Amino acid sequence: MATYELNVNGLSKKVEVDPSTPLLWVLREELKMTGTKYGCGISACGACTVHLAGEATRSCVVPISLVGNRRVTTIEGMAQDPVGRAVQHAWIEKDVVQCGYCQSGQIMSAVALLKETPKPTDANIEESMGGSLCRCATYVRIREAIKRAAEQMT
Amino acid sequence: MKETQYARSSKAFRDGSINRRSFLRTSTVAAGGLLLSLYLDFPPSAHTEAQTPPPKVYPPDAFVHVRPDGKILITVNRLEFGQGVQTSLPMILADEMDADWSQVVSELAPAADVYRDPVFGIQMVGGSGSIAHSFTQYRELGAKTRAMLVATAADRWKVSLDQCRTENSVVYGPNGKSARYAELARDAARKPVPEKVSLKSPSEFRLIGKKVPRLDSAAKCDGSQKFGLDLDLPGMKIAVVAHPPVFGARVKGIDDKEARGIAGVRDVFEIPLMKGSGVAVVADRFWTAKQARDLLKIDWDLSGVELADTSQLWTKYKALARTPGNVAVARGDDKAIDRIPVARRVVAEYEFPYLAHTPMEPLNATVRFEGNKAEAWVPSQFQTMDQMAIAEVLGLKPEEVTFHTEYAGGGFGRRAVIDSHVPREAAVIAKRLKGTPVKLVWTREDDVRGGYYRPMHAHRVEIGIGADGMPAAWRHVIVGQSLVAGTPFAAMMIKNGVDESTVEGTSDTNYNLTNFHVSAHNPTVNVPVLWWRSVGNTHTAFVMETLIDELATRAKMDPIAYRRKLLKPEAKKLRAALDLMDQQSAWRNNLPKGHAAGIACHECFGTAVACAVEVSIENKRPKIHRVTVAVDCGIAVNPLTIESQFHGGLGFGITQLMAGGAITFKDGRVEQRNFDGYTPPYIVDAPVTVDVHIVPSAEAPTGCGEPPVPVISPAVVNALAKLTGKRYRSLPLKNI
Repeated sequence: MATYELNVNGLSKKVEVDPSTPLLWVLREELKMTGTKYGCGISACGACTVHLAGEATRSCVVPISLVGNRRVTTIEGMAQDPVGRAVQHAWIEKDVVQCGYCQSGQIMSAVALLKETPKPTDANIEESMGGSLCRCATYVRIREAIKRAAEQMT
Repeated sequence: MKETQYARSSKAFRDGSINRRSFLRTSTVAAGGLLLSLYLDFPPSAHTEAQTPPPKVYPPDAFVHVRPDGKILITVNRLEFGQGVQTSLPMILADEMDADWSQVVSELAPAADVYRDPVFGIQMVGGSGSIAHSFTQYRELGAKTRAMLVATAADRWKVSLDQCRTENSVVYGPNGKSARYAELARDAARKPVPEKVSLKSPSEFRLIGKKVPRLDSAAKCDGSQKFGLDLDLPGMKIAVVAHPPVFGARVKGIDDKEARGIAGVRDVFEIPLMKGSGVAVVADRFWTAKQARDLLKIDWDLSGVELADTSQLWTKYKALARTPGNVAVARGDDKAIDRIPVARRVVAEYEFPYLAHTPMEPLNATVRFEGNKAEAWVPSQFQTMDQMAIAEVLGLKPEEVTFHTEYAGGGFGRRAVIDSHVPREAAVIAKRLKGTPVKLVWTREDDVRGGYYRPMHAHRVEIGIGADGMPAAWRHVIVGQSLVAGTPFAAMMIKNGVDESTVEGTSDTNYNLTNFHVSAHNPTVNVPVLWWRSVGNTHTAFVMETLIDELATRAKMDPIAYRRKLLKPEAKKLRAALDLMDQQSAWRNNLPKGHAAGIACHECFGTAVACAVEVSIENKRPKIHRVTVAVDCGIAVNPLTIESQFHGGLGFGITQLMAGGAITFKDGRVEQRNFDGYTPPYIVDAPVTVDVHIVPSAEAPTGCGEPPVPVISPAVVNALAKLTGKRYRSLPLKNI
C-alpha cells in the first residue's frame, strides 16, 4: 500500500492503494467515480478512456504509481470543459447512446480529437475513435455527433 | 427467440389460463405523492377466481405514479439495455393518457408477477417482444389512467364525461374549467378502474409515430447513469471466480497461500458451478480480488470431461451434414432433385463458428443474503428466472428475494440465460457471506472464455434449378447444438427432435420453394450455448440470402427482381420492404469503380427488412460505405429508436464477418481471451452511413431489436462476390 495524491477534474484527492492498482479502479472504487467504465482491462475497448495531462489515455492499464502529478480528467469533468459540453450536447442532439456503457469513453476520445483537430475528417475520426468499441454499434451517430460538435464549436 | 415458441412456453408458467383482473391500489408513498396504481394482473392459474391472490408487499405493483409536482413516473416492465424501451413504452402509455411528455420520467420495474411479459408469461426481454407484446398493454394502462382522471374532474365539476377533454396533463371542462392531473390524482386513485376503455385511432396519436429523443441520454453522456457494475453498497465485497479451463472440470486442489497473503482478501473457497466447480475469491476491492485470483494455484480434475476441439467438430459436423437429420420441413418430392441434371445443381457447404456476445458491461450480479430474505441487483433480461434461481440457491421463495433490475451495458441475449448461472454464482458466494452484500464480477476474460455462445453450425444445401432459372428442388441439412435441450424450454421448442431455433429462417422461409426439405442434427457438445441477437436467423438468413443471390446471378437476373419472383404472394411485409429499399437505393446504379452493391432481405420476429449495401475492398477487408435499409414493422412507435436499432443491429451483425469473429477450441480450451483475439467491429468496420426507411403501416407493431442483424452479412458478401467472383461460405471472413 502507498499513498498517492491525485489531481482529478481540478480537485486534489488522496488515496491509499497498492501501487499496481490501475487508475481505472482507483477512480471507480476509491473515489467512487463510476462514469469511467471497465470493459476489457487490456486497453482494447476504450471504455475506460480518461485524459491524462490532456491526452486520451486508457486508464485500465495505467498503474496509479505512474500517474504522478499529471492532471486526470474524467467524464464527470466534461461539464466544466467547453469542448466537453459541445460534445455532450451533440451526443444528446443526435440521440447517440443506446446502452450507453461505452459512451463515457467515446466522449472522452471525441473531446481529445476535437481539441487536437477542430475540423476532423472521416479519416481523423476513424483513427481517433478506432479503438473505442461499441457493441450497440452506435458508430454512425458517433460520427455525425462529432461533426455536429465541430460545427458548434466554430 | 420466436414469439410462437415463447407464447407456448408462457403456458408452462401459467398452465394456459390467462386470468385477467383489474386491480386498483391506492397507497401513500414516502415522497408524499399518490400512487395511481393501475395494473392488469396475470396471476398463475393455481389461483382460481375463488382464491385470493397472494398479498403483494413489494413492489408497489404500479405502472403509473402521478406525483403532486406534476411529474409522471412510468414503470417499464423490461430491462433497458440500449434498445430504448425506457423511452418508447412510456411514450405509448403517455400518449393514451394525454400526459405532458416533458414531465414524464421512467424507471425499470423490479421482478414481480405484474411485470411479466403478457405473451411470454415471464418477466423478460427477448424475442424482440417488448413493444410487440406490451403495445396494447401500455395503451390500455394509459387510457384507463386518463379515464379515471377525467371521471374525477367530471365529478368535481358535476358535468358529464363527454364535456371533458384532455391535453398535456390537464383535464378541460365546460366554461373554462380546467384541472391539472396532479391535482386530480389523489381522488382519481379511488375511482374504479374501468374494465374497458376505447383507445385512440392512429390519427389521434401525439407521441406514437414521432421521433422522440431518449429519456436516458443526458445521464449516459455525463457518467451519472449507474449500471449493475457501478453498484456500491455499504460494506459490499467484490467476488471473482476462477472458472475451470475446460467446461465441467472440477477443483482437485487449491493452493491459495499467496492469494490470501494479499491485503484486502477476505475469503477463498470452492464453489459449485452449473457443471464442475470453481474457486471464488472475495475481497474488499476488484483489483485485489483479481490479483489474488491470478495467484491461485488450482489443480483441475479433467477426468471424464469432453475436450471440445474446433477442427474435430468441423469434421464431425460436415459428415453429419451429408446425412439426413430430423425432419423440419418435408414439402413435395424429396427425390425431385435427383432428376435434375447435375449441371443445373448447386451444392453448397457453409461453416459458422461459435460467437460470443461480449456486451460492453461485463457480466455481474450483486446479492445480499439475510437468512430469511435476500436482495439482488442484476442487469437481467430474465428477471423471473434469475430471481427463482437466486431463491433456489438460498433456500428461499422467489418473493423473498427482492430483485432490482439494473441498467445493463448491452446484452444481446447474454443476460437471458435459462440456467441463470451468473446470478447463481453470486448467490452461492453471498450465502457464505451472510449479511454482506457481494458483487460478483466476471472479467472480460471470464466472458470471452465462459461459454454460452451462439453455437457453431454447418449447413449443406443441394439445389436443383429449373429451366427457368428458379429453384425446383431444395434439400437443406443444418447441424448445430440445440439451445434448449435438457432445459424446461425443450418441450416447447423441440419438435420432432428438431430445435426450432436451429432451422428458423430456413424452415419458415418466405420464398416459394417447391420440393423443399429441411432437416437438422442437434449434436451434444461440451460447450454451453445460447441465443445471440436474432438467434437462428444469424446463420440461416446468411445461407438463404447468399444462395438466392447466387441463383439470381446464374439466372442473369437482377437480384431484387429474382427475389420478387420467388417470394410467396402472402409475404406482404417483405415485398413492401424490398420495394421501398429498391426505391430508396438508386445509388446502386451509379457506383464508383471498385465498388459493388449487395442485396439481402429477411423477415423474422414479424418484422421484414431489406437492405442494400455499397462495398469496396480496403486493406483486404470489406469497407461498407453505405447501407440503405427498409423495414416493415407495423406501426413505428418511435422512428428515432427504430433507426438506432437498425444502425446498431446492422453493426452487430457485422461481428460475424470480422476476421477475429470466432470462438475456437483446442483441447477443450477457448483459444481467445479478450478483445485482442475475439474482435467485434470497431468504427472502421461499421457502415459509414446508414439510411433507414420505414414502410407506413397501421398494423400492430412488431419488434426491431433482432431483425436488423441477419441481413447485413449476406448483403456484404453478395457485394464482395461481385467484386471478386468468389462465393463466401465460411465465416468468419478470413480471406477475401
